[in-house]
This record gives sequence, C-alpha cells and structure tokens, in this order.
Amino acid sequence: MQQRVALPHPQINADLLKNVLKAPAWYWGIMAFLGGVVIFGSVLVAYLLNKGFGLSGAHRPVMWGILIVDFVFWIGISHAGVMLSAILRLSKAEWRRPATRAAEVLTVFSLMIAALHPVVHAGRPWRIIYWSFPYDFSRGLWVNIRSPLVWDPSAIFTYLTGSTLFVIVALIPDMAVIRDRTTGIRHNIYSVMAMGWRGTPRQWKLQVVAGFLLSALLLPVFVSVHSIVSWDFAVMIGVEGYHVTIFAPYFVIGAVLSGVSAVVTMMILMKWMFGWGNYIRQEHIENLAKLLVVIGTGWLYFFFVEFIFALYSLESQEIALRELQAFTWPYWPLALVFIFLSYIIPIPMWMFPGVRRNIRIMFWSSLVVNVGMWLERFLIIVPGLARKQVWTFDWSTYHPSFIEVMIVVTAYALVFLLLLTFAKLFPLIPLFDIKEGDILGDEIVIGKRRVPALRVEE
Amino acid sequence: MVSTPRERKWQMVVDADRCTGCQACVIACQAENNIPINSESHFQQKRAFTWIRIERYWEGEFPEVKARFIPFLCQHCDNAPCEPVCPVFATYHNNEGLNVQVYNRCVGTRFCQNNCPYHARYFNFWEPVWPETLRNALNPDVTVRGRGIMEKCTFCVQRIRRGEQDAKREGRDVRDGEFQPACAQACPANVLIFGDVRDPQSRIHEFLAKDRRFRLREELGTETNVIYLSKLDLEAKEVAGHA
Repeated sequence: MQQRVALPHPQINADLLKNVLKAPAWYWGIMAFLGGVVIFGSVLVAYLLNKGFGLSGAHRPVMWGILIVDFVFWIGISHAGVMLSAILRLSKAEWRRPATRAAEVLTVFSLMIAALHPVVHAGRPWRIIYWSFPYDFSRGLWVNIRSPLVWDPSAIFTYLTGSTLFVIVALIPDMAVIRDRTTGIRHNIYSVMAMGWRGTPRQWKLQVVAGFLLSALLLPVFVSVHSIVSWDFAVMIGVEGYHVTIFAPYFVIGAVLSGVSAVVTMMILMKWMFGWGNYIRQEHIENLAKLLVVIGTGWLYFFFVEFIFALYSLESQEIALRELQAFTWPYWPLALVFIFLSYIIPIPMWMFPGVRRNIRIMFWSSLVVNVGMWLERFLIIVPGLARKQVWTFDWSTYHPSFIEVMIVVTAYALVFLLLLTFAKLFPLIPLFDIKEGDILGDEIVIGKRRVPALRVEE
Repeated sequence: MVSTPRERKWQMVVDADRCTGCQACVIACQAENNIPINSESHFQQKRAFTWIRIERYWEGEFPEVKARFIPFLCQHCDNAPCEPVCPVFATYHNNEGLNVQVYNRCVGTRFCQNNCPYHARYFNFWEPVWPETLRNALNPDVTVRGRGIMEKCTFCVQRIRRGEQDAKREGRDVRDGEFQPACAQACPANVLIFGDVRDPQSRIHEFLAKDRRFRLREELGTETNVIYLSKLDLEAKEVAGHA
C-alpha cells in the first residue's frame, strides 16, 4: 500500500489551493465547453416550455419519461455525501478525510439539479410556482398533502438545507486560509465567508461539534429522502410493478451504491485534473471499493427480493411486466447491460486487491456502475408504465425524443459545471481535515513493519 | 317552494352486451365537450383524446371467435387512485360521486394518469386547434382546455348543472331522465344508462339489480360508479384483456 507522505503545511496549502488562487488554462477551456452545453440545453428547455410537452416522447400510457428517470438518478447520486461524510465521520474512519467535501458538494449540486427535473417535466411549470410554492395561506388554497409530489420537495429541500450547512461548516476554516492569501475584493468576500475565524480552540471545538451534530441529524433525512422519492412510485395502486413495499429500502441502497461509485469516479478525476496524488491515495480508493462491494451486494439482495416477490404472487400482470422488463425488445438488451454493468462486472472485480489498487480500472468500473444504475431506474419506470394490463388496451413502448435526451445531457453538464465552479472558488479537499489527519497520524512498529496509526486525544 | 336539494349520486350502467361498436357515443362526446380533433397522427402517437372510447376484444378461440365491444370512460371511482396523488387538488371528489377535474389548478404532473388503472385520463400535449370553420361549433358551456393540463370524462357535468338550475327555477326536484350525458343520449342501442342512485324511482335501479353486473378491476377497491353488464364470466375477460 502506498503510504501516507508527511507534507509540510505550507505545501498542503499550496497544493490544495492551486486551482483557487490561479486556475490553469485547461480549466477555462472545460468551463467554456460545459457552459456552451448548458446554454444550448437552456435554449431547448425554453423551446419546450414555449411549444408544449408534445416535444417529448411521452404518450399514453408512458407519461413519465427519462426526465423522471434522471431525477431519480440524481437523487441517488446525492446520497453519497451523507453516506461518506456523516457515517464515516461518526464511525471515525480515518481514510474519509480527502473524500468528504467532494461527496458533500456532489450531494448539494446533484440535489439542486434533480429538483429541476420534475419542474421541466410538468405540463405547466409556471403554475407549479403559482399553486404550490409558496403555500397560499391567504386564500386558503392548500396543496394536497396526500400527494407524494408534496412530500418530495419537503424531503429534498430539507436534505438540501442540511447538506449545504454541512458544506459551509466544513468550509469555514478553509475560507480563513484563502482570506489570508487573497487581496482586494476577493479578500473581502472570503473575510465575510470566514465569519471571523481565528482558529481559537473554542472555535475549533464549536466547528467539530457542529459537524458531528449535523452528521447525526442528517442521517435520518438521508434515509428518508430516497424512501420518499420511491413512494412517488410505490403509492401508485394503478401500476403493479411500482406498488410494492420493498421500494423504499431498495431505492435507498441503490442510491448509496450509485452515489459512492460517483464519488470514486469524482475523486479519481480530481486526482488526475489537479495532480493531488499525495492526498487521494490508493488506500482511499481501495477502502471505497471495499465499501462498494458490501453495498453492491446488499443492493443485489434487494433486487432479487423485488423480482422474486413479484413472481411469487403468480399474478398474470406481474408476470407480464417482468417478461417485458427482462425478455422483450427493446428492454432485454438494456436489462442485460444493466445487470452486467451494475453488478456482475464491477463487484466481483473489486474483490481483487490488484484491481482495487489500479486507479485506471477503478475509474472505469465505478463509472459503469452508474451507467447500470441509470438503466435500472429506466427499467423500473418505463416498462412499469408501458406494461400490459387488463382493460386498458393501450400498452405501448417509449422512445425519448431528441430534446429529452439533450435535457438529460445538459443536466450532467450543469452538475460538472457547478462542481468546477466550486473548485475555482473553494478547495475541493478540506485543508484543515488533511492537516488534522497529519497531526493525529502516527506510526507504530509491529514486528519488522512500520504501520500507520492514529493518535487519540481523549 | 324549493325543497332542500337531495344528496345525489350519479352512476352509469354500461350494458356491454348490447354494444354494437357504432361509435356514436364517441362522436357525441367529442362534439359536446369541445374535445380537440384527433388526426391520424394523434392516434399513431397515442396522444388522441377519447373521453369515451370503444374497445374491441376477441372472445373464444379460432375459428369460433367473436368480436366484442366495450365502451370505456372515466369510472368516477369513489376511491379514485388519481385523486390523492395530485399535488394541487386539481382532481377531487365532489359530494355527488363525481370525480371532477379543475383545469385551472392542473399543473400537468401526469401523476393521475399514471395512477389511473383504467387509463381514462388524457393529457394536452399541444395547444388544441380547430379548423376555422369549426370555431363556432364549440360548446359555450364547456371550457376549452389549453396545453399542459389533464382532462377526462366529466359525466357531462355541464348538463347536470343546467338540469339542476332548471329544476330549481321551476321549484321542483330533478326528474329522472331529464338530462343525460351526450354519450348516453346518442347511443342507439341503449347501452349507456345514466341516473341518480339515491332516487328510488330512477330507471337505473332496474339495471343495477341485474346479475350480469360487474365493475372493472374491482380487486383494486376503487369503488367505481360505472357499472358494467355482461354475461361473460370475469376469468374469461382477464384472458381477453391480455390477448
């Protein structure tokens, strides 16, 4: 295993603030490209709003298309943040340090983008603002609190508020570092954001306590968000494939699988783009891969249980739906790709230490997990609606239109754009956390080997 | 002297055994309710509006196979799956047993359509257009729906309201058969019987008592207000639905 390198603190500052203080030329190139994609996508959204939702591929009975698939996907990605920072912080996993902020920031941005999808997907988005937000107390026009579409925003915005606070609390000491290294207007802005941070023992104590409190408070929210998103589907008595009680835990564990994989992908990208090899080391990626093996296998259990429960009832409609999902064109190739990419190829591969320690293989294998998980959501949502049903006579398939595909692509570009913007304004690896790890880090001699250890202050 | 209005509960009986598949109800509904004109491409895109539609299914095995017709419309469920999922109360149940749609409230989430086990709801994907010559043919009693909203059979609620107003003006109670939805009025084979089940004298009771009666997908517990009559047994129907 590649060992921890003891770096002097000025070098940690210089390395991690490299992009913040002076961004390289390629950074602006990527930003310009992503910005172009986002502008093009925004034009398409405006065109869609102007002409009507007929431009999508939706029709009877598949009224929810890939925008909803993408919504569930991004909510899933957002589960990385709390999984990594909160759970690993509370369990005092030392290797979490360079991963936490990337995971939290990914959470915030993916939640923001996810929340946009259902709005764009509605028939009259301007009326959503008018009827359901803000709640109209004065005229007594209430929203229907029985609807999962009212539970959804409350869950998402609670999670968004919590994780934004989480990011900000962890940012304060780093803001102070940037404040001391900038001049002019930037200095003033960072001064305000550092909130008078001096690094006194009392401030450190409060910051640590706030981090732990937020971790503990966010854990139940974390479980509830994807549960509630799954209830968008699970409450539908009209759709056999959706109306199952297992959806909430199944969606949560699927979300954690795709979220943690996304963090692995993102960390490797950060390592390559910013040359942070001293901070994002083999041990981090390897530990995340071990975590993913456990999560992935847990997810597989739920996947089988869902399938087998459905078939166990021997209802003709359930059997017809599963046949559609697994054996009917055009879904069977997707189903095959999905199960291979999200489990059969990557997870057994990660059992081997040689694979876990190979950064390049880890990059691609964590990426394909997310391709597979996207297809999983597609295979739940679209065939679930397109299925054969007694007495409806209108089963059909679904093809996304060009404009829908482009909006999905734009969502990806927008998340990357926001992440890169963040990387310009703030350090993506927490400076103080790395230094803390450095100070607490120690080495002990066991036999003939020196192994990394941790000094515990009690 | 106007008496306190009786609580009404509207129901419809569909005597599917009598249906000839002539589609007169479909045309009548189209004309009455300002439904946009369905072109061929609307049907191919599966975005046509048919608040009432005639579905054909096959009964029996070849060569003893018979074509059967069954009219489909919003079932006005008492436990409607579409109602709890609407975030803005655009669809709700009124005290006459009607499942009503408030076009102004609708934001177009299409959640209701996904949750409807009968697929009786229709979404306006485009702004509806009528040829210039048909502009004056629109029914002034019925809202013309814009794009981005959901619509469905209303049991011709405009006719119910007009009938109630007429009765109120004349100081009497609503008479059975005084008004009926456009589809029921147009049906030459008397397939569709509409009436108030709280009125003991109403003609609908004669049909509701028949032992051929069944409700569509009764196992879901939706408590529909459209009752079908057909001499087929339910098991054979399930097979027919999957054919």
